[in-house]
Amino acid sequence: MKRYVYINDDEASQDLYCDNRLSNRKYTLLNFLPKNLWEQFSRFMNQYFLLIACLQLWSLITPVNPASTWGPLIFIFAVSASKEAWDDYNRYLSDKKANEKEVWIVKQGIKKHIQAQDICVGNIVWLRENDEVPCDLVLIGTSDPQGVCYVETAALDGETDLKTRVIPAACMGMDFELLHKIKGVIECPGPDKDIRRFDANLRLFPPFIDNDVCPLTIKNTILQSCYLRNTEWACGVAVYTGNETKLGMSRGIPEPKLTAVDAMIDKLTGAIFVFQIVVVLVLGVAGNVWKDTEARKQWYVLYPNEGPWYELLVIPLRFELLCSIMIPISIKVSLDLVKSLYAKFIDWDNEMIDPETGTPSHATNTAISEDLGQVEYILTDKTGTLTENKMIFRRCCISGHFYGNENGDALKDVGLLNAVASGSPDVIRFLTVMAVCNTVIPIQSKTGAILYKAQSQDEEALVHAAAKLHMVFVNKNANIVEIRFNASVLHYEVLEILEFTSDRKRMSVVVRDCQSGKIILLSKGADEAVLPYAHAGNLLIGAISCSIWKFLRPLYFIIPKFTSGQQTRSFIEAVEQYSQLGLRTLCLAWRELREDEYAEWSLMFKEASSTLVDREWRIAEVCQRLEHDLEVLGVTAIEDRLQDGVPETIETLRKAGINFWMLTGDKQNTAVQIALSCNFISPEPKGQLLSIDGKTVDEVCRSLERVLLTMRITTSEPKDVAFVVDGWALEIALKHYRKAFTELAILSRTAICCRVTPSQKAQLVELLKSCDYRTLAIGDGGNDVRMIQQADIGVGISGREGLQAARAADYSIGKFRFLKRLILVHGRYSYNRTAFLSQYSFYKSLLICFIQIFFSFISGVSGTSLFNSLSLMAYNVFYTSIPVLVSVLDKDLSEQTVMQHPQILFYCQAGRLLNPSTFAGWFGRSLFHAIVVFVISIHVYAYEKSEMEEVSMVALSGCIWLQAFVVALETK
Amino acid sequence: MNGAASTDSSSPTVLKPRSKKPKYSRFSQQELPANKLILTPGFIITVFIAVGLIFISLGLVSLFASDSVVEIINRYDVDCLPSDYKNNMVGFIQSSSTNKTCTKSLTVPKQMKSPVFIYYQLENFYQNHRRFVKSRSDKQLRSKGFKGDKQSMETCKPVLQSTDKSLIVPCGLVAWSLFNDTYGFSVKGKSLQVNKKDIAWGSDKKYKFGSNVFPKNFQNTDEVGGAKLNSSIPLSEQEDLIVWMRTATLPTFRKLYGRIEQDLQANDIVTVVIQNNYNTYGFKGTKSLVLSTTSWVGGKNSFIGLAYITIGGICLFLAVSFILLYVIKPRPLGDPSYLSWNRNPSTTSRTLS
Repeated sequence: MKRYVYINDDEASQDLYCDNRLSNRKYTLLNFLPKNLWEQFSRFMNQYFLLIACLQLWSLITPVNPASTWGPLIFIFAVSASKEAWDDYNRYLSDKKANEKEVWIVKQGIKKHIQAQDICVGNIVWLRENDEVPCDLVLIGTSDPQGVCYVETAALDGETDLKTRVIPAACMGMDFELLHKIKGVIECPGPDKDIRRFDANLRLFPPFIDNDVCPLTIKNTILQSCYLRNTEWACGVAVYTGNETKLGMSRGIPEPKLTAVDAMIDKLTGAIFVFQIVVVLVLGVAGNVWKDTEARKQWYVLYPNEGPWYELLVIPLRFELLCSIMIPISIKVSLDLVKSLYAKFIDWDNEMIDPETGTPSHATNTAISEDLGQVEYILTDKTGTLTENKMIFRRCCISGHFYGNENGDALKDVGLLNAVASGSPDVIRFLTVMAVCNTVIPIQSKTGAILYKAQSQDEEALVHAAAKLHMVFVNKNANIVEIRFNASVLHYEVLEILEFTSDRKRMSVVVRDCQSGKIILLSKGADEAVLPYAHAGNLLIGAISCSIWKFLRPLYFIIPKFTSGQQTRSFIEAVEQYSQLGLRTLCLAWRELREDEYAEWSLMFKEASSTLVDREWRIAEVCQRLEHDLEVLGVTAIEDRLQDGVPETIETLRKAGINFWMLTGDKQNTAVQIALSCNFISPEPKGQLLSIDGKTVDEVCRSLERVLLTMRITTSEPKDVAFVVDGWALEIALKHYRKAFTELAILSRTAICCRVTPSQKAQLVELLKSCDYRTLAIGDGGNDVRMIQQADIGVGISGREGLQAARAADYSIGKFRFLKRLILVHGRYSYNRTAFLSQYSFYKSLLICFIQIFFSFISGVSGTSLFNSLSLMAYNVFYTSIPVLVSVLDKDLSEQTVMQHPQILFYCQAGRLLNPSTFAGWFGRSLFHAIVVFVISIHVYAYEKSEMEEVSMVALSGCIWLQAFVVALETK
Repeated sequence: MNGAASTDSSSPTVLKPRSKKPKYSRFSQQELPANKLILTPGFIITVFIAVGLIFISLGLVSLFASDSVVEIINRYDVDCLPSDYKNNMVGFIQSSSTNKTCTKSLTVPKQMKSPVFIYYQLENFYQNHRRFVKSRSDKQLRSKGFKGDKQSMETCKPVLQSTDKSLIVPCGLVAWSLFNDTYGFSVKGKSLQVNKKDIAWGSDKKYKFGSNVFPKNFQNTDEVGGAKLNSSIPLSEQEDLIVWMRTATLPTFRKLYGRIEQDLQANDIVTVVIQNNYNTYGFKGTKSLVLSTTSWVGGKNSFIGLAYITIGGICLFLAVSFILLYVIKPRPLGDPSYLSWNRNPSTTSRTLS
């Protein structure tokens, strides 16, 4: 569905699209009650309670006052309804604030001040510096003469860096006054939630400019909830408004996750329900039989000879009501309460505060703390999760010379410093690429220091390193990049940016050297994305597309035979060497372009950029046409340091029986090195690393079977066996050999998957989940979001790659090492406490219920309640609910003990504290206790004074004492 | 090289979250003081011995007290049935023309100190039947001002209205079935005074049964249940009714009839003249007359004593067996080699490596 937005034309789109009124509200004043009730009653438990409460209104069958069920029921409903209402009211308030914010728009050529909610699609909205963007806009003008403005998108994607946005070429250089009268049409897709994509076209109507179609991308938009920074003013055309903005569309309620404990409780509730039905049927039949044979003789009961039609139902229904307390109404409330407390304990924990930033841990999802104690698999991202994601430029290899190999820091390498000082052309070109080929934005601070705002940590590291080597990226003024090298100032005009995508694995810029006027292509990217296009290997490899290249890795050593130089070879060696050290490598390359070649290509690029369908693919294809015959300048190696305490954390959690999988987008060598250095896998001979590779289906199959065979043999040996698989082989394995791979996944306690895409990460989580394992996914970047959402528990590291992962996650922590405490302390305690609390809730209700059942045997199976309504209610609400809350603070073992003996977690993983057999234990306990209480109170009060009220009081206090004793005994 | 620039870039983020740092409290850090019992064998044995001894002595004392109670139980429902009505028991009891007076003699086995309590004991009578228990109106019993509309007294059905459609006070099955046998006692030809005052609970008389509520239309229905009430006496004075209206838990129960405030000597023969009016024949129930003294544990009931002794005995037995176990096969406390993952090396070796 396409949308045509007519700029500045009120009639055309007034009624077609919604206005800019934001509404995050779930309810309105009118539909609150029915909608909320409907939602609450869609749960089985609530339906059950409602049924019971309704049956109780029938006075013929109710054993107790209906208030004893209606009271708590209404209370529970009122609590959750008012919580919803309060949340909704807050949402309403914030909506209202956003809706009533005053903004400047242009209407019929006149600037007007209106409320944000009255913005229509097609209006021109004016923003000043630090204004929040009220709706999705297509930029048409800024204060900057080059048409650039800066926005902060933190609210949208959590990334705190500034992003540049430019006005479309068609609007370039338009006058301030002219912007008021601008007319045109924007052709754009229907509202969607992709915040990285906007494939649209703009056509201005005459007399403004020729009616050329001008392509629009996400770079030409400023989206709702961003902030305008470092720009005096900007104006844009509203294209999506209200709830149809990118933000509004991506807003959604995540699917609630159900913990293993919850599932077990549901199952047990079901079992109790069945038991209840059986009891009701048996007693109901017995009651009817007794009534017909005995009760009719008891003249004092005065049974009528002819009963109504429903007479047979009366006694079973009475028992149903009598037994209804078997499923305790309080269990939901108390579980919700303690769960939110567990979450608070995580938020409050002083030992899980990031010492550097002071960010505390946070539990976004308050309902799944128990699952933390039952984790069996941890799937972890590498970069930023195990490592710090603080990139530091360490080594480089420039035209065959290795720098930084001796002291581990190329910036202090005398050879390199000398080369820079002497002005070696290779080194200078290398530095130029480092400084120019990026999307970094330098910001001059008041003190004169330059701050770099970069989306990629690698780029930031390169720019910093270049600056240290006297090639300082000073300023970026629209398309002009200003570089200071030693004392001279160099200018480059950026003509095109061929952006980085995870498929292309490289990015390039086309610049014009303002000194010489030459047009140069600067590229940087992963080795397999750059080296195949090196000019030396052109003959052989130019035709081979990038994706096949990686299977030809062995050919690396053949290529030089065809090529002239030793250089490519040394680059390949450098890449190998660096990645063995666990460094991230990038190859830098450049090529001079002929003027006509660029002009020709530029047209194609423009055309590809303005397509609406498959734009990304088309652009990649066009880029490919330029990025060949590259002259490889060198290789950079960037270190990404391990976070503190990572090896210890992994070792401890491993001892606790948790299996680790590493899923990374990085190269195999780097991944394996990092894995070795953080105890992930053990070096030979203690450990064994099996690799699954292959380019074709058959090869992968063979390799998979071989690994599987080795794995089966070694399971009995005390050896650490792990397997490594790369993205391509994984794709094949998942597609064709899912069963074998699943078996492998079950056998293997450790795995490293490299070169995997976000969706493959999610697929692996799915695979483990399908084997009934509890999975925890931990990551920090946007590429981990899917995996985090897919896993039973998602943990986000609020790290440097933005907050995207932390936002999507159930828990966010500052450092990887906090995971140990999160699982061993919080997870374990939560599991233990919930296991106790839930079973105890059943125990105490069963206790009372059994006594009622026993009593019915001596009261002519007529369904008399031994206890009166008030004591039943007090028992459930007051006597038993409050003492048990102590268990929230219960610690069976001290934190230190658990940390020292992580094996204790086996108990939780295996679900030893809450399963049908422990529940049977509690069931038996309640049966036994009920017998004891009943027998004692009946016999002690035999004969005289055996009045019901007294006996009931004695039995009740017996129950209260017993359950309090049980609480005292069970909590440690 | 990562010095200046990288610290600069992180500085704005440092400033904000400081305030997010939660305040320290022992509750939030889950560090509230706690006391943990370590169950050492010595401690357990001591506790068991102590509990055992205390329970056994308590049991012995209460058993002794219960034994000191003198109790005479005499079932009379069969004996008081004339032999020609053996096959028509219900006919006998429902007929108004039959002579229901019956005399029985009881021998006092031991001296019975005053006060001697007189109970009637019914068996197989389900006062706890749901239909029965519910069939009353506490509001009506309490106050005269209560204008019993039919709706609020629905619970009294089927004994709600008399034959002439006026409300019955007190309504309901419980009151309607009031026990109506009477007893007269004499020893050696001298009649014994039976005190029927204060046999009901004081609180019942004061709060639950109104002093201004008088019986009305009682037993004025087609079917006559039990006793009739004197309509000039307020309900709070009708102590037999009050006792009866406290429904019993068990189908076998005793209710207080009155007190003999005079000692009965051993081997005295007490002659009881019984008006055998109450129908227990219809449902094969029994009626007995009970004379009993009390002790500080109440009536004759050896259950408590026996229970105490049993529990105490079990505790002592466990204590002794623990001692034996401790002596024969001692085991150091807190030995980590007993932990499950240390005992079974095959499963854990891989994790430890």
